[in-house]
Amino acid sequence: MTRPFPQEARDALADPVLRANLRAATDTIRAKRAVAVAEVGDWEELREAGRAIKADVLANLERYLIQFEAAATRAGATVHWASDAAEANEIVLRIARSHDVEEVLKVKSLTTDEIELTAALQAGGVSALETDFAELILQLDGDWSSHILVPAIHRNRTEIRDLFRRTIADETLEDDPAQLAEASRRFLRKRFLRARMGVSGANFAIAETGAICVVESEGNGRMCTTLPPVLVSVVGIEKLIPTFGDLEVYLQLLPRSSTGERMNPYTSLWTGVTAGDGPQELHVVLLDNGRTRVLADEVGRAALHCIRCSACLNVCPVYSRTGGHAYGSVYPGPIGAILTPQLIGIEKAPTLPFASSLCGACYEVCPVKIDIPKVLLHLRAKAVGAGGHPGERAVMETLAWTFGDRRRFLAATRLGRVLQRPLARRGLIRRLPPPLDAWTRTRDLRPLARQTFREWWGRRP
Amino acid sequence: MRIALFITCIGDAVRPEVGRATTAVLERLGHEIVFPAEQTCCGQMHFNSGYRSEGERLARRFGEIFGDCEVIVSPSSSCVGTMREHDPSLAGRLFELSELLVEKLAVTDVGASFPHRVAYHPTCHSLRVTRVGDAPLRLLGAVEGLELVDLADASECCGFGGTFALKNADTSTAMVVDKCTAIEASGASVVTAVDSSCLLQIGGRLSREGSPVRTLHLAEILATE
Repeated sequence: MTRPFPQEARDALADPVLRANLRAATDTIRAKRAVAVAEVGDWEELREAGRAIKADVLANLERYLIQFEAAATRAGATVHWASDAAEANEIVLRIARSHDVEEVLKVKSLTTDEIELTAALQAGGVSALETDFAELILQLDGDWSSHILVPAIHRNRTEIRDLFRRTIADETLEDDPAQLAEASRRFLRKRFLRARMGVSGANFAIAETGAICVVESEGNGRMCTTLPPVLVSVVGIEKLIPTFGDLEVYLQLLPRSSTGERMNPYTSLWTGVTAGDGPQELHVVLLDNGRTRVLADEVGRAALHCIRCSACLNVCPVYSRTGGHAYGSVYPGPIGAILTPQLIGIEKAPTLPFASSLCGACYEVCPVKIDIPKVLLHLRAKAVGAGGHPGERAVMETLAWTFGDRRRFLAATRLGRVLQRPLARRGLIRRLPPPLDAWTRTRDLRPLARQTFREWWGRRP
Repeated sequence: MRIALFITCIGDAVRPEVGRATTAVLERLGHEIVFPAEQTCCGQMHFNSGYRSEGERLARRFGEIFGDCEVIVSPSSSCVGTMREHDPSLAGRLFELSELLVEKLAVTDVGASFPHRVAYHPTCHSLRVTRVGDAPLRLLGAVEGLELVDLADASECCGFGGTFALKNADTSTAMVVDKCTAIEASGASVVTAVDSSCLLQIGGRLSREGSPVRTLHLAEILATE
C-alpha cells in the first residue's frame, strides 16, 4: 500500500527547491506543447483517430495479440507471455543467464520500472544500467522517476553536477548542460560498446508486422537496441496498434503532446532478426500485470488508451505543485491517479482518485481523449463502495438526507446559524474544529447567511 | 420570459446576495422569476465525492422539481454543468446566468455600472464542462466604468474542487495561494467569477492574507446600477 497522497503531497509542498524546479519545468513544456499543438489544423480529428484506434485494439485485444505473436515469430523473434511482474522478471533474468550476461543496458521504459526489473535482475546477480540521461541520474542517486517524460524533473542542474562529481566525473565538472551531457556520454559509451544484452520497453507494437517501436530523444535508446547481440523488449499488452499505417496518427500526436516537438528525434522500429544487422536474438515479453483487470472495467479501461505523453502531468495544477513522487507509482499525475489504483487494486491506492480538483485540464490536452475526470469519479465511487471512511460516509448520508427535503434543509441551516454563533466574528469564521480545520488553517470561511435566499424570497412583497 | 431560478445549496445558505442579484438583473430586463420552493441541492458534491447513489437521488429530485420549467437559470456553472451531463434533457433548458444572458437572451449590456478594476477568474467547470466561453467577459465588457485587468494563468484552477479543499488541504492551499498572488499582481480591487464555491476559496484566502481585494459573483456586478 502506498502512503496516502495527502501526506506525500504535504512533504513535497514543503520543499521550496522541488517546487521551483517543478514549476519552471512544467511551465516550459506546457508552453511548448501549446505552440506545437496549435500548428496542427486537424488536431481534434487526430485526437479522435488516436482514441478510436486504441478503442478498437482494446475491444479486439485477443485477436491483435495473437496476430502480433504470429508476425513477430515469423520475423525471427521469440514471444513470451507474462501474467505478472514476477513472471516477466523471471523471463528476462533467464535470458540474461542463458548468455552468461552480468550487465544489461536499459532503454528508458516505464513498463520495466513498473515491474521493478532492475531490482529483480540485481537479486539474480545481473546488474542493469539505465542509459537515458535522466534515468541514469536517478539510478546514480538511488532516486526514482517523478515524471513520465522527464524522470528527473525534480532535479536542477546544480544538483546534477554535484551528483556527477560524486559518481562519474571529477571536480572540474560545471553545471553547463553540454558538460553534464558529455560526462554521461563518456561514462555510457564504453558500456554501450561492451554490452551483450539490451532491455527496452515499447511505445508501440504493431500487430500486422510484429514490429516494435521506441521513441526517444537522445539516441541512447537506439544504442541499446542496435549494439548488443541480444535484445529483450517488455511490452504492456495495451501497447498494440493494428497496422504500420496507424503509427502515422501517433507519431504526430505523441511528440507534440509530450516534448512539444513537431517530430520525434529518434524513432526506432525493428521487426524480428536481420542477419548481420542489429541484435541476432530478439525476445518480446507481452505483459499483463493487471491490465486485463483494467480492461474488464468498461469505464476504467479508457486508462489503457494512454500513450505516455505526460501532457496531463504538465497541465495538472496538482502535479505541478506536488511532483510525481507523491503519487507513489511510476505512473504519476492525472493518468497515474486513474491507472495505478486499477493496476494494483483500489484498496492499495484509495487516496489517488481523490488527488484531483476535477479541473479538467488533463482531459483537454490528452492526445487520445481519455476523459480522466470521468474515470476519477468512477474510481471514487469504487473507493467509497470498497469501504471508504466511515465517518465521512455518515456525514455524506446525513447531508443527502437533509437535502432530500426543503424543510429539513432550512432547519439544518437554522441550526447551523445557532452553532456557528461563537465561531463567527465580523462576518468570518477563522477557526473550526477538526476535520473542518483543514479549511480554516489556511483560509477564512463565510458563515451561513443571516437570511437565506429562501427566507428572503418568502418575505418579498 | 418566465425563468425558474435554481439557487443551489451554497447560493441559498451562504451567498444569498448572489441569488438576489441574479433576480434583480433578470427582472430589470423584464423577465419573470419563479422560485420552485422544493429545490435544495443538485447532488454534485455527492457525485464528485464518490457517493453516486446519493447523488443520483438528489439529481432525480432536481429533475422532478424543475421538470415543467422551460427555462432554468442558475448562478453556478459547476452545478449547471453537472446537471446537464447527468440529464441530457436539460440541454437547451438549463443555463448558467452568463450563458442565459448572452446566448439565449442575446443581451450583453444589462445596464450595470461598476467603476472598479476587476479581474475575472474563469472557473474550471465554466471553461471545460459548462463551456460558457467568453460570455462573462462580454457582459463585464459592457458594464459602465468597469476596467477589466489581465489575470496571469487565469485558467488555472483555484484549488477548490469541493471536498478536495478538505481532503487535500495542503495542495488546495498551494493552488489558491498562487491564484491570490496572481490576483494581487493584477492590480484589481475586485475578483469575479461565475461560481460562488470557487469565490469562497479565493475570498477565504484573500481575507486570511489581509488582502483588500474583494470577491464578487458576476451577478452582483451585473446587478449594480
